[in-house]
Amino acid sequence: MEQVHRVQIVAPVRGWGQTTRPDAWWLQPLVVFLGLSTAIGYMTWAAFQGEFYHFGPYLSPLYSPELLGGSPHSLFGPQPAWWPGFLPFSPAFLILWAPAGFRVTCYYYRGAYYKAFWADPPSCSVGEPRSTFLGENSFPLIVQNIHRYFMYLALLFLVFLTYDVWNALWFENAATGVVSFGIGVGTLVLALNVVLLGSYCFGCHSLRHLVGGRHDRIAGLAVQRSCYDCVSGFNRRHMLYAWMSLAWVTFSDVYVRLCAMGIWTDFRLL
Amino acid sequence: MSSATFRIWRGNADGGAFEDYTTEVSEGMVVLDAVHQIQAEKANDLAVRWNCKAGKCGSCSAEVNGNPKLMCMTRLNSLPLDQPVTIEPMQTFPLIRDLVTDVSWNYEVKKRIKQFAPRAPDAPDGSWRVEQYDVERVQEFRKCIECFLCQDVCHVLRDHRLHDKFIGPRYFVYTAALEMQVLDTADRVNDLANEHGVGYCNITKCCTKVCPEEITITDNAIIPLKERVVDEMYDPLTKMLRMFRG
Repeated sequence: MEQVHRVQIVAPVRGWGQTTRPDAWWLQPLVVFLGLSTAIGYMTWAAFQGEFYHFGPYLSPLYSPELLGGSPHSLFGPQPAWWPGFLPFSPAFLILWAPAGFRVTCYYYRGAYYKAFWADPPSCSVGEPRSTFLGENSFPLIVQNIHRYFMYLALLFLVFLTYDVWNALWFENAATGVVSFGIGVGTLVLALNVVLLGSYCFGCHSLRHLVGGRHDRIAGLAVQRSCYDCVSGFNRRHMLYAWMSLAWVTFSDVYVRLCAMGIWTDFRLL
Repeated sequence: MSSATFRIWRGNADGGAFEDYTTEVSEGMVVLDAVHQIQAEKANDLAVRWNCKAGKCGSCSAEVNGNPKLMCMTRLNSLPLDQPVTIEPMQTFPLIRDLVTDVSWNYEVKKRIKQFAPRAPDAPDGSWRVEQYDVERVQEFRKCIECFLCQDVCHVLRDHRLHDKFIGPRYFVYTAALEMQVLDTADRVNDLANEHGVGYCNITKCCTKVCPEEITITDNAIIPLKERVVDEMYDPLTKMLRMFRG
């Protein structure tokens, strides 16, 4: 191994926010900051509510799968008796950590929130507030390497959310109790949610690696090559799908919540 | 004909300052044309490195209005000429004079990366058989013209000066071209994690944004390399599967 050639770096490091860029470089990180803060704030509030998360055949995606809870969608019954009384309970607490973990460790979001929340850097070729930098090379950010495990969970959640859309196609007549096929606006809201979340998940960089990218030779592996091409297609618009799916999953909860609260009427299309 | 003002960095390793030069500009001019015009008319001693004027040699890298760019590929009509256009040298490398920096550190870094080590030939005549799909995957990386704009904009080098621990986006692209090369047998994953500092990259994608060859540096080179490091070092499940497969 050859010795590294040391060069003297003479240009002084620029201070926080220093740049010769005349454009509004701060606008994009500001939009990201506001967008993510709004989504995190709303979802935290919604998770703590523990009510108005289901309406008829609809279940809010923030509460799906409902492992334990009081709605007809619950998979394993109501809130357990052993749950400590001093702890607030919401079905969302049991599951929301998984999709949250997937987004927090997502390669796109990492780059976005390092800029918007940590100014590391505030924007390209703009000075930073700190001189120390550990990157993702050591604790705590080395933990980001867990992303692929959250991806496995996210794919599992997609199955449950797809099942929720199936459930959202079957409406019970309140008077007769007869269940019949139908499509409401809420059905379309939940279906589009799955499409957008799927587009986001299937463009995951870790998935792209695991389905084929890890091989040097992909051409000879027909199935993996097709999967790799497919994931690469979604991956090219990963940022777009990340934002669209985040906005729509938030809206989906708002929609179900407003219907459940009686503020909004869910129109039946079929 | 109209005129525009260019605020150009003048100085050397001991210090310097911006100086304003006003010159006539016309349709079709690029920043390098304006710099040459200023050099000819007003500042004969202005140092600027250039060669092809076609965006292929990577010599005229500088920062135009704070953005790392090739001067020969930056058209004046893409810039707001109602205010001075700032032209300064790359901030990540030592300044030699005016707009010229010493980029030799990059060539030293390149020597530290394991070279191409091809497998035994597939045919008795010493040739190999490679499918086009696999060739195309790494072909993107070979477009690099070594302008070092990605190295310049990378905050790990630019702001944190981790030149000893981090090889920078250009050399992750170079490593990816070798590591994903279907004929290559060398393993660079350990080096990536331990000596080349791929973990320092926090995926800001600034390198991708400034690349004049539009190489998808972050998504196609750096992140796949990070994932290969995860395979080797942080994913027990993958390790276990590999053990079972032998």
